[in-house]
Amino acid sequence: MRLPCPICGTRDRREFYYQGAASMLERPVSGELDAWHAYVHVRDNPAGRTRDLWHHEAGCGAWVIVERDTVTHEVFGAVLVEDADAD
Amino acid sequence: MDRLTAVSPGADLLPVRQGALTLEEVLPGEITSIAPFRGQRKAVTQALLAALGVGFPEANCLTRKGELRCVWMGRDLAFLMGARLTADLGGLAAVTDQSDGWIVLKLSGAGAEDVLARLVPADLRAAAFPEGAAIRTQLGHMNVSVARTGGGLQIMGFRSMARTLVQEIADAMASVAARAGAG
Amino acid sequence: MRIEGKGRIGTAPVDYVFDGVRRRGRVGDTLASALMADGEMLLGRSFKYHRPRGVVTADSAEPNALVTVGTGARAEPNTRATVQELYPGLEARSQNRWPSLGFDLMGVTDLAAPLLGAGFYYKTFMWPKSFWEKLYEPMIRRAAGLGALFGAHNPDRYEKAYAFCDVLVIGGGPAGLMAALAAGQSGADVILCDEGPRLGGRLLAEDETIDGRDAAVWAQETAEQLRAMDNVRVMTRTTVTGAFDQGTFAALERVAQHLADPGGRPLECFWRIAAKRSVLCAGALERHIAFRDNDRPGVMMAGAMRAYLNHWGVAAGQSVAVFGNNDDAHRTARDMAAAGVHVAALIDARHDAQNLAGNVPFYPGFQVTRAHGRKRLEAITLRAPDGGRESIAVQALGVSGGWNPAVHLTCHMNARPVWRDDIATFVPRDGAVPGMRVAGAARGAFTTMTCLTDGAEAGRAAAQDIGFKGQSPDLPDAEDAPYRLRRLWAVEGKGRAWLDFQNDVTVKDVRQAAAENYASVEHMKRYTTQGMATDQGKNSNVQALAILADATGRDIPETGTTTFRPPYTPVAIAAMGAGAQGHGFAPQRFTTSHSASVKMGAPMVEAGLWYRSSFFPREGERTWRQSCDREVRMVRDAVGICDVSTLGKIDLQGPDVGAFLDFVYANRFSTLRPGRVRYGLMLREDGHVMDDGTTARLSENQWVMTTTTAAAGEVMRHLDWVRQAFCAQMNVRFTSVTEAWAQFAIAGPKARDLLNGMLDAPIDNASFPYMACGEVSVLGAAARLFRISFSGEHAYEIAVPARYGASLFEKLVERAEAMGGGAYGMEALNVLRIEKGHITHAEIHGRTTAFDIGFGRMVSAQKDCIGKAMAARPGLMDPERAQLVGLRPIGAVKQLVAGAHLFAPEAKPVSAADEGYITSACFSPTLGETRALAFLANGRARHGETIKMVDHLRGLTAVCEVTDPVAFDPDGGRLRG
Repeated sequence: MRLPCPICGTRDRREFYYQGAASMLERPVSGELDAWHAYVHVRDNPAGRTRDLWHHEAGCGAWVIVERDTVTHEVFGAVLVEDADAD
Repeated sequence: MDRLTAVSPGADLLPVRQGALTLEEVLPGEITSIAPFRGQRKAVTQALLAALGVGFPEANCLTRKGELRCVWMGRDLAFLMGARLTADLGGLAAVTDQSDGWIVLKLSGAGAEDVLARLVPADLRAAAFPEGAAIRTQLGHMNVSVARTGGGLQIMGFRSMARTLVQEIADAMASVAARAGAG
Repeated sequence: MRIEGKGRIGTAPVDYVFDGVRRRGRVGDTLASALMADGEMLLGRSFKYHRPRGVVTADSAEPNALVTVGTGARAEPNTRATVQELYPGLEARSQNRWPSLGFDLMGVTDLAAPLLGAGFYYKTFMWPKSFWEKLYEPMIRRAAGLGALFGAHNPDRYEKAYAFCDVLVIGGGPAGLMAALAAGQSGADVILCDEGPRLGGRLLAEDETIDGRDAAVWAQETAEQLRAMDNVRVMTRTTVTGAFDQGTFAALERVAQHLADPGGRPLECFWRIAAKRSVLCAGALERHIAFRDNDRPGVMMAGAMRAYLNHWGVAAGQSVAVFGNNDDAHRTARDMAAAGVHVAALIDARHDAQNLAGNVPFYPGFQVTRAHGRKRLEAITLRAPDGGRESIAVQALGVSGGWNPAVHLTCHMNARPVWRDDIATFVPRDGAVPGMRVAGAARGAFTTMTCLTDGAEAGRAAAQDIGFKGQSPDLPDAEDAPYRLRRLWAVEGKGRAWLDFQNDVTVKDVRQAAAENYASVEHMKRYTTQGMATDQGKNSNVQALAILADATGRDIPETGTTTFRPPYTPVAIAAMGAGAQGHGFAPQRFTTSHSASVKMGAPMVEAGLWYRSSFFPREGERTWRQSCDREVRMVRDAVGICDVSTLGKIDLQGPDVGAFLDFVYANRFSTLRPGRVRYGLMLREDGHVMDDGTTARLSENQWVMTTTTAAAGEVMRHLDWVRQAFCAQMNVRFTSVTEAWAQFAIAGPKARDLLNGMLDAPIDNASFPYMACGEVSVLGAAARLFRISFSGEHAYEIAVPARYGASLFEKLVERAEAMGGGAYGMEALNVLRIEKGHITHAEIHGRTTAFDIGFGRMVSAQKDCIGKAMAARPGLMDPERAQLVGLRPIGAVKQLVAGAHLFAPEAKPVSAADEGYITSACFSPTLGETRALAFLANGRARHGETIKMVDHLRGLTAVCEVTDPVAFDPDGGRLRG
């Protein structure tokens, strides 16, 4: 499996750490426990398109959102969780 | 007078020679990590250019002037090697001394790419990885920086893993040299 | 039998040994061709029934001729004799027989065959239940499996490697050669892999011409042309074994399997090839026709028979016959006859077939109903169209039921092949593997001319796809005779007709599966074991499912195929795991004090990848406990030195570090003044403790965080995550400096005295109080000093650039020893912290909260932080949750054990009565008794109560008193002194 890092280009998946669903980015603002429960524990399990978080740990260190298909394994693309901000 | 004595990370381990291949330790003097703060990349490049004649590198590249190199090391991060940082980057970048954290190796000779092809899952063919390329990747299970500079391959790994790093490269060198003997 | 003047290999002799007999083959032989030249047809015993078996193929699909090559620890079981190249001194042994290949006692299983049909193990060994463990399983284990391992460490070298290319061409036959040429001439970086030692594929096995030359010569010239191209890499002896995601392929290169002396070369190399495009030119595999006893040694594929003749110059017998249902089979009869071998019969099941083989006895419309002989073929029986029988004496029979494209790789990503009725076989589905084109026989284009044309076009198109200007090489002129067949899977009749030789599956087994309602092809496969193991459907898949289709009244496309799985041919685990034996399994991390510690006799303990000293034995100490106790007393009474460099160290800079730390730590850091250190607790988002450690503020804008050794990587990743996902507005930079600094704990009442003897400017309690930090100079080197303590003593940690680590450790230990102290290791460190009730990952093991460990108040109410919301869940604040306590034994049993569980003194020690568990325990030389840390339900309210520890594993029960976790110096006076 190869993943496209927006900074480093396409790389072998062993350079990446897999985190899980990109819904982890939507951290609740309220203290409401149901929202937190859903955020921490509840995940879709799609047969098809999914957005996942990967850390290019052995590469540039960027967190990346990869869009891929869980059935065909096609990778559609990847974007940075946060653009490198020194520019 | 009682003074602490210094030991290099590759002391007792190097050099290693196999056929046409050589692996040696490079002692870059100081290694300074430079991480430009938000929006300060241009200013950092200007300050570096003015003081040292090299700019902050683009991703997956290095800049160099003589023995001085500025090697990209990750998102908003580069290592200045081979010279003291004389530019004042106060407020422009996080500056951290990394001189003692890394072992710097140079692998040279015909077949050097073949050696790393046994260890590194990245494309190091000349077209994909030309002179001046500098990437972060893995060597075996170790996170490393690999760069092509000065006609050889520069490999940087963590100091504590120096022994494993040298061992793995030496093994691959032996394998490549033995295969070259096969004709 | 060797036919002089035939074949394309050399004549130089090569001596080898098979089953203890010295033999002589020729350079270029495989083990199979050399044995066949010697007239040896019996090469092995079958897996289940131990039937005598011989060579069936001339390639890697071989199901029968599996032998063990080499001796002792180097022995390689299940090597296919058909691909094992001969080398001087090669030693091979047959398998699955005892005492010998010729006389195999296990052959009696064949007589018991009526009891052992399809699904026998699902039926036979079911009862009585008690027989399973004692009788059935040991018996099956002895009988099962092919080949045997030696049991010793494998001394051979293996290798793995990565390769990258624009176009990967799989297979170097006519289609592959042209594909590589086209892609290469278009400018693409090409890798061409072929299983064999020479490129050419089927061209090496045929007697035909390309552009008027011997086709094998054309192949060699084309191979040389490819090798001369800078952008083409030719990899022979390399089987592409799997197709994976995003153009990744696995390939096994046999680097030295053909050499008597590897001479430092790896035996095999496991390649991972990343290709932008691929062209599959894997050719086709010939299929059998099932008839009674068609597994007798000497019955082989027609294509293999003529491959042995044309490539190796070997005839399978003095008198042979050919049986087929297609035109291609005729070539075998033609070539054998032309070479002077007696062809007793060409039998074509088609009534209307024309003899294309010249002057040989021709039997159109006949079928072979039975093979005779046991250890080798002696005769065959034919059935005439009118039902009459005829027997012909032959030593070998070539059979062809047609050709199946080698679709395997196209199915590795879950695609199913498509049935083509005109050639009665499956062909690859378009787009089965993204980026892959299929050319030549692998997609059912069976003539040499169509292979050349197809390969050239696929190679050109693959290059063009990725931006090269496609070039088509000039097409040579080649054979283009049509391939015609009429399907025939099995000849009806009595007796066992074999489909899958490797797994001993007959036509009857498949029909029985259908009769017992295992009618789906996947069920049939599992019920009969057809197409399993290394075969992966290579030899009998199409026949078996055709018979299943017939038995279930469906057509073949409706019946479908089973799944072809990687690897295409077997791959040794040793190759896949190359380099990972012994210490190669994981990198070793060494501290700067490692060499000195080893010299001092310290045994090393692994902490993650790090190696840390357990203890430093001194003269007269016979057990680790004696050393440990002495080291603990040393720290409490004088001064101890411990390497703590393995703790993660992260340098943080920028105006927003304080705010960032407030968010990642449960407690507040923005209020920390420069020159001070604070203990911090980091939570996961689910409210449980992730890690702990101290963070020092070195100056207004520079901070250094420490993590535990175990969680250093995890914390770094977490900081990256929090920073990039939630703190985009913060101006913060951080980087690991773990490796840059060597750091040592100096602990004990004499710590400051020791330090002041080494610092260029001495310190005192006023200038350097508890939890202070600052820059110092130690024996001329710039250093960082932290007044922190894990031992509970007056203690410091001093950090120097790692280059000075070895030197500083030596000097610290020397001075400490002079003061009645010395180095201490992990054992003593653990005792010291248990005495003080300090936690490690034994306590913060992923299921405990700040509340559980008694740090609930550290979770700041004034600010948000990671994990805060979830930590406030009522269930995590329940007083009945297990809370951190101390334990001391008060009964007769003094031993407390980590992992043991806690129960009320009178309760039965069962899980329903479980009240908690011990996380850490040690003998405290300071207190003179065993002490433990434990989690106990509502423990904080139960200090002074009596509780019972039960260690079910060791059968230990101890009565304990519940105490405060801090057993020693609860006021912390020693820290501040």
